[in-house]
Amino acid sequence: MKKVFSRPKSIKKNPFHYCPGCGHSIIHRVIGEVIDELGIQEITIGVPPAGCAVLAYFYFDVDMGEASHGRAAAVATGLKRALPDRIVFTYQGDGDIAAIGTAETIHAASRGENFTTIFVNNGVYGMTGGQMAPTTILGQNTTTSPGGRKERRDGFPIPLSEMLAVAKGSAYIERTAVNSPSNILKTKRAIEKAFRAQMRGLGFSLVEILSPCPTNWKMSPVEACHWIDEVMVKHFPLGVIKDITGEKKDVN
Amino acid sequence: MRGNHVIAEAAIRAGCRFYFGYPITPQNEIPEYMSERLSKIEGGVFIQAESEIASIHMVIGASMAGGRVMTSSSGPGISLKQEGISFLSALELPAVIVNMSRGGPGLGNIAPSQSDYFQATRGGGHGDYRTIVLAPNSCQEAGDLTYKSFDLADKYRIPVLILGDGMLGQMMEPVELPPEIPVKRLPPKEWTITGAKGRPSRFIRSLILDPFEEEEHNWKLMRKYEKISKEELLWETFSIEDAKMIVVAFGTAARIAKGAIKRVREEGLKVGLFRPISLWPFPTKILKEISRKVKHLFVFEMNMGQMVEDVKLAVDGGAEIHFYGRPGGIIPTPLEISRIISSYYYQKKLG
Ligand code: SF4
Repeated sequence: MKKVFSRPKSIKKNPFHYCPGCGHSIIHRVIGEVIDELGIQEITIGVPPAGCAVLAYFYFDVDMGEASHGRAAAVATGLKRALPDRIVFTYQGDGDIAAIGTAETIHAASRGENFTTIFVNNGVYGMTGGQMAPTTILGQNTTTSPGGRKERRDGFPIPLSEMLAVAKGSAYIERTAVNSPSNILKTKRAIEKAFRAQMRGLGFSLVEILSPCPTNWKMSPVEACHWIDEVMVKHFPLGVIKDITGEKKDVN
Repeated sequence: MRGNHVIAEAAIRAGCRFYFGYPITPQNEIPEYMSERLSKIEGGVFIQAESEIASIHMVIGASMAGGRVMTSSSGPGISLKQEGISFLSALELPAVIVNMSRGGPGLGNIAPSQSDYFQATRGGGHGDYRTIVLAPNSCQEAGDLTYKSFDLADKYRIPVLILGDGMLGQMMEPVELPPEIPVKRLPPKEWTITGAKGRPSRFIRSLILDPFEEEEHNWKLMRKYEKISKEELLWETFSIEDAKMIVVAFGTAARIAKGAIKRVREEGLKVGLFRPISLWPFPTKILKEISRKVKHLFVFEMNMGQMVEDVKLAVDGGAEIHFYGRPGGIIPTPLEISRIISSYYYQKKLG
């Protein structure tokens, strides 16, 4: 029988610990497929975060070096500057990158550090039990914004990708989602483009991925996917935010 | 050469090719020198980071990649680096960190002080760990110890701290610099993450959720620290053979104390000096042996009394300990210290 679907080579056999319906599993797989297709497994180094994906080194079959909470961009800077011919990517959640690690991220983008960041935005602190994140949208209920996020008390959510697009050193920034097959394919193409930008030495690249967290959103996986379409994308519109690669645009 | 420049040049000669830092007085000559020097070396990397926190994590990245790497700062900046120093310790990554300490707490001032002894020797960050701490007291020794630090860091896979102060950093003395090590000739490291070419992939992490595994990791670190405590002790003694009283001091304070001892010796007082050079591991055993013969130890520090605790632990009640400290960035003169030493000497009826 012809094999039409299998585990990417760059993903280990370990079963994922993520909750049912969680976007992390899909995103891991998609990154693994891209690494395989680009043939860069042996030269890729990943930097996992603190957060739900803290154990990412059990899943990616590439060299991985742990960063403390929010410092992935600094660790990746050290790695990539020391090994400029390797492909370096960070994998970070919203709290990691847009709260505690904002300074590291903005400055890495500004310096045009030539690595790729996968930014998983699910609007909550997942691992610690669903507290308000820098990307929690106004009105969204979390354990630290009961009754919904209010701008007077909690401030506005941070549009980090748009902010990074302003940085002169960023080369490619796109926001995608993993709530439908077509969005997953777009995510895969975006990650591939980001990695290719790095391979060409163009500077900082980032893909922000709107990702369901059914557990802390207190929804079924299906409801969570709908909520991304119906609510989340209104605050975080999908699409290419910055592109200096000169590559032809995907027809969406 | 100026102390800060000596440290930077010695680092380069030891094969350091990566420097990440953030400006703070009184150590700015180190990043300035590194910036200039590393820009002229192939593969040399200098980044002035956005913060101390970022710079220490860049150190982590370059160390994971196998490079010899350094950062430097002063007290307030070292406080910020503590997160990364804890991670370096947990991840067992080599790195050299220089602290040209100053008067504190808070912003304090930029004058020479030894206020960071506790921070340096007790780990400083979170968790159960130790770092090697070396305290030079001359430009020559600053160069020699910096050079040695890179070997120690690689040998034990541990962060090594150089603890100095503004006086050491700013003063100028003639020095003989160590020979340049070709980076290619440094021993290979088997644990780095460089891309899994021709081998299984590996990862470096500090998260160990299973308490039994974390305990095992802690014991492993402990065994390493015990080995270092036996094998990497450094100290200097001066005029202790006939001494009835010994001054215990490190770094700049020891330099002042030596001047004071020379003065009181001229007056016939039998006073010697014990100078710990490795502050961690602290030369406990040798000090204990000395305290069997000499019953009066005079601890002098440029702080409110920090190393004195290690001295007390070392002699374990076996000698009488007197403490004299000057915090806040005050540098007493050898004359002042000689008067205080001799008044204590006569008070104890040693002369
Ligand atoms: S808490 Fe949310 S983000 Fe974390 S694994 Fe579960 S679903 Fe995924």
